Amino acid sequence: MSTARSIRDDVAAGRVSAVEVCRQALARIDQVNPVLNAFNTVSHERALARAAAVDAKRAAGQPLGALAGVPIAVKDNICTREVRTTASSRILATYVPPYDATVVTRLDAADAVIVGKTNCDEFAMGSSNENSAFGPVRNPWALTHTPGGSSGGSAAAVAAGCVPLALGSDTGGSIRQPASFCGVVGLKPTYGRVSRYGLLAFASSLDQIGPFSRTVDDAALALSVMAGADTWDATSSPEPVAAWTDAPVPSVEGLRIGVPRRFTHEGVDAQVSQAFDRALAQFEALGATLVDVELPHAPYGVPAYYLVCTAEASSNLARYDGVKYGYRSPAAANGLKAMYTHTRSEGFGAEVKRRIMLGTYVLSAGYYDAYYLKAQQVRTLLRTDYEQAFERVDLVAMPTSPLPPFALGEKTDDPLQMYLADIFTVSANLAGLPAVSIPCGVADGAQGTRLPLGVQLTGRAFDESTLLRAAGAFERATSWHTLQPPAVAGIAPS
Amino acid sequence: MAPLSIADVERIAALAHLNLSDDEKTLFARQLADILHLAEQVQAVDTTGVPATAHVLALVDAERADEPRPSLTPQQATANAPDAEREAGLFRVPRVIGG
Repeated sequence: MSTARSIRDDVAAGRVSAVEVCRQALARIDQVNPVLNAFNTVSHERALARAAAVDAKRAAGQPLGALAGVPIAVKDNICTREVRTTASSRILATYVPPYDATVVTRLDAADAVIVGKTNCDEFAMGSSNENSAFGPVRNPWALTHTPGGSSGGSAAAVAAGCVPLALGSDTGGSIRQPASFCGVVGLKPTYGRVSRYGLLAFASSLDQIGPFSRTVDDAALALSVMAGADTWDATSSPEPVAAWTDAPVPSVEGLRIGVPRRFTHEGVDAQVSQAFDRALAQFEALGATLVDVELPHAPYGVPAYYLVCTAEASSNLARYDGVKYGYRSPAAANGLKAMYTHTRSEGFGAEVKRRIMLGTYVLSAGYYDAYYLKAQQVRTLLRTDYEQAFERVDLVAMPTSPLPPFALGEKTDDPLQMYLADIFTVSANLAGLPAVSIPCGVADGAQGTRLPLGVQLTGRAFDESTLLRAAGAFERATSWHTLQPPAVAGIAPS
Repeated sequence: MAPLSIADVERIAALAHLNLSDDEKTLFARQLADILHLAEQVQAVDTTGVPATAHVLALVDAERADEPRPSLTPQQATANAPDAEREAGLFRVPRVIGG
């Protein structure tokens, strides 16, 4: 399967047309999507027209952008002008945005070809892509298993070879965990690194858009196109974009990698621990120094996260009321209040309602101090834990998930069990730090299934360079990222 | 912690503009109580003198000059509305005031 970089180079050199690349991507999507359900919308005509425009640009001798001709899938909570954007929710099932998210504008400017919108957990709330109004996504490694969430569709699309790049969003792990579950690279940038303009907001102080890819270099390429200050997003940072794609051959020689051992090894699946330890040994063999660190407040990450994110979500989702866009209940005939309550109750799924309720409760009079304020203080302590660790190390390593990919339906009866699986990913969101998941192993599941495992690296704020360097070095020395997901292997290209 | 009462759930649902069925109220009362029980773990942390982090980036002066710029037309802005006077850019909702 071709990388984004190689496609870009081939298109720029005229070795292949953007239209031909686009046709192949669309054909692959059409083959596997009935099985995986990774896409909510596939934009056949629009994508081909876009690809033709890229070819015309080349024919006219105009310079091409950094992602020329590269087919890209975009998570369906990111606005694409004139292309349906649903957040995988009934409440936006027919919403067609009149504007592009900034990341989409930048991808277009780089001559990328957006081929469709990927399925996800509704409003990015979930860890298994089972909360979608459009049905669950299946893991290309085992169709009985989840691809992770909330960006399950994007992860599956890359893993299954539909596209070399896909966008996700990450609020508590929603890029990194599905990347781990599907055996691909998933990067969450530093908070503020990538504009959130056009991302349907879940939790505004935690959300970030980031890429899925099969190689670290492709993730760096995507980041270099999308990152940078944006006047449309007051929370985007003026921090200059680094030359991530011009990096020399990645090496971890002399790098110090912190391991919070008590945290990373307690209550973790044996196969996950084994793969994690092996990954650490690999980093050491490549010249990194492993250092024991403590993140004393990391165990409070999940409770703090579910207080902060739900509070913010309860505010952000108040706008879905049947007035300006989306679904409006027929109960509107009974007045405005009925319109609001019935629209929202009929339009939102159970998990979304649960989180809105929780967030409303923790922000309500009498509970704010005990819950929300307390969680924000814990957040400060967690940031300080990381700052102290980064005085002694350059990166912190953890497994991405405490469990291998689980089966569809396994955790849907108990929301709490699902939440606890986020233990290793939420702290990077709470602290605003960049983090990446890269494939590091394969677990044996039930009935002969083989399920990917990932290792997560977290870096200092705005130090994606070190993150990408370490991830790249690991990738060069291993071959986990070259494995093909068996469940879609039999669906051969025509 | 004590399970949430149905009355608690109804109060929260009213604040959140959600209309729940009796089954949903019962289910959420139990599930929310379980989640709050997990969330309460934060109360065990000593946060004396610790400032709250509402935002990880200490950005200042993130405003632009108050100058008009091209934006959506009234038709574009109302294009997705369930009910609207599109030319005028008005959203139509059930009557609130008057008979």
